[in-house]
Amino acid sequence: MMYDFFVDLFGNTTISGIISGFVMSLIPLFLFILPFALFAVYLERKVSAHMQDRLGPMRTGWHGWKQTIADILKLIQKEDIVAKDNDKLLFNIAPVLTFAGSYAAFAAIPFTSIFIGTEVDLGIFFIIAVTGLVVAGILMAGWASNNKYSLLGSMRSVAQIISYEIPTILVVLSLVMISGTMNLHTLSELQTGYVWNWYIFGGPGAELSKFLLIPSMFIGFLIIYISTLAEVNRTPFDIPEAESELVSGYHTEYSGMKFAMFFLAEYANMFAVSAIVVALFLGGYQSPIGYLGDLIGAKWMIPIEQFSWFTIKGVFFVFVQMWLRWTLPRLRVDQLMTTSWKYLIPIAFVNLIIIGLITLL
Amino acid sequence: MKEYFGNIFTALSTIFIGMKITFKHMFVPSVTIQYPEVKPQLPERERNRLYVNMDDCIGCDQCSRACPVSCIDIETTKALPGEDIGKTSNGKKKALWVTNFTIDFAKCCYCQLCVFPCPTECIYMTDVYEFTEYKRENLVYDFVTLTKEERQEKRDNLAKFNAEKEAEKLKAASEPKPEIKKDQPEEK
Repeated sequence: MMYDFFVDLFGNTTISGIISGFVMSLIPLFLFILPFALFAVYLERKVSAHMQDRLGPMRTGWHGWKQTIADILKLIQKEDIVAKDNDKLLFNIAPVLTFAGSYAAFAAIPFTSIFIGTEVDLGIFFIIAVTGLVVAGILMAGWASNNKYSLLGSMRSVAQIISYEIPTILVVLSLVMISGTMNLHTLSELQTGYVWNWYIFGGPGAELSKFLLIPSMFIGFLIIYISTLAEVNRTPFDIPEAESELVSGYHTEYSGMKFAMFFLAEYANMFAVSAIVVALFLGGYQSPIGYLGDLIGAKWMIPIEQFSWFTIKGVFFVFVQMWLRWTLPRLRVDQLMTTSWKYLIPIAFVNLIIIGLITLL
Repeated sequence: MKEYFGNIFTALSTIFIGMKITFKHMFVPSVTIQYPEVKPQLPERERNRLYVNMDDCIGCDQCSRACPVSCIDIETTKALPGEDIGKTSNGKKKALWVTNFTIDFAKCCYCQLCVFPCPTECIYMTDVYEFTEYKRENLVYDFVTLTKEERQEKRDNLAKFNAEKEAEKLKAASEPKPEIKKDQPEEK
């Protein structure tokens, strides 16, 4: 594991443990989330443009690839505006809390078999619990802004996230029932081998129960994808930021780097939920076709390949999120609640019971 | 119960239909024109910046009078009897020096009304539409081909000629003319 490598590197003492913990916590931020956010914003603009028969950014660099770098440089230079009647303390804490919440989720996501932020046995439980901080940050931002649109947006956001946590957790619970672990690293290791060992195809093994699980798994996959989409406030569930109704929801009053933090949190969240879906259902970092490193006998290549597979799968689901954004119109508040409470939750519950019965076989 | 599952089926199937359409559109060539590099094909009868071909202009002032916003300003100076200014391309003899011909494009409304009255077809619309300026004065275009000195010279020449004629007239008037006096009413 990478943590042990760092501990050895800095000399095996208590201080080195702290230093390597610090290094480990910063690696995903600087090596993954920041470049990913830059890439995802560019991808989003290009995907949306081409789906509408436009070209998107074309001016900066080849096909505008420098556009998001220019944007982030602009955001850094911008004035940090705090209005007179804002609640200064909460207003300043909110973006940090939101980003911390979505960043903390990356601690338990296994990028490769040798890199996982922290090997907690409660992995998926920790992620679901800690992303609750995002809700607090959003509500805080809306309240401290002292602005009706911000407050409405954050209230909607909280109502939405709380409603959609339930189907997510029910599906996660059914997965935990099958695999018997909450650790995403172990969960990914269980799905090793080939495509048919992924949990969306019933998991490893070749018993009767595996084949009985397949329809339930597809339903579970759809439910968790829809509900995590709602949890990260993406279209068609973007009523918290509904541009046409609420300006831009809870971050209306924010500018400069604080706005950038909300933005970064949003894109980090998009990848985090995709990564969770991938780790639970699609084999995590496991290759669907075997490893080249195994084939040519170069063991050091395997983690790199695993990382690439994980990124490809994650980015694919981020792309699907964007694809859905430019396909579907926004849901009304009552339709949103109907979708969650009348459709997703009962189906997820029945699904849970069916999976429970099958695992008893 | 039937309605419930019907709703789920409709929702999912319509989402997939929509996704299919948007995915197809990702590969449709975009309609964007990359403007400064690629310019759009303008229609045949486009109306943009005017141009005046001064070789053909006879200084008839018809365009100026047709202009609804008075953006064309023409000043002409008569040629002296001996001077030969030349002919226009359609064979009309020019009799006036055009000493001032300005069009203020800040005022121009691009209605093309000045183009039709022109007897020599020397004022017409071009396809130039990129002529923004930082100062409004720069939009006043001067079309006269003569230099400033030449224009002043023509004006001076005419003034001198007129003064000479006037002087001749005065000289003629100072001499008695009995036959004219007879027709006039008697002074009191």
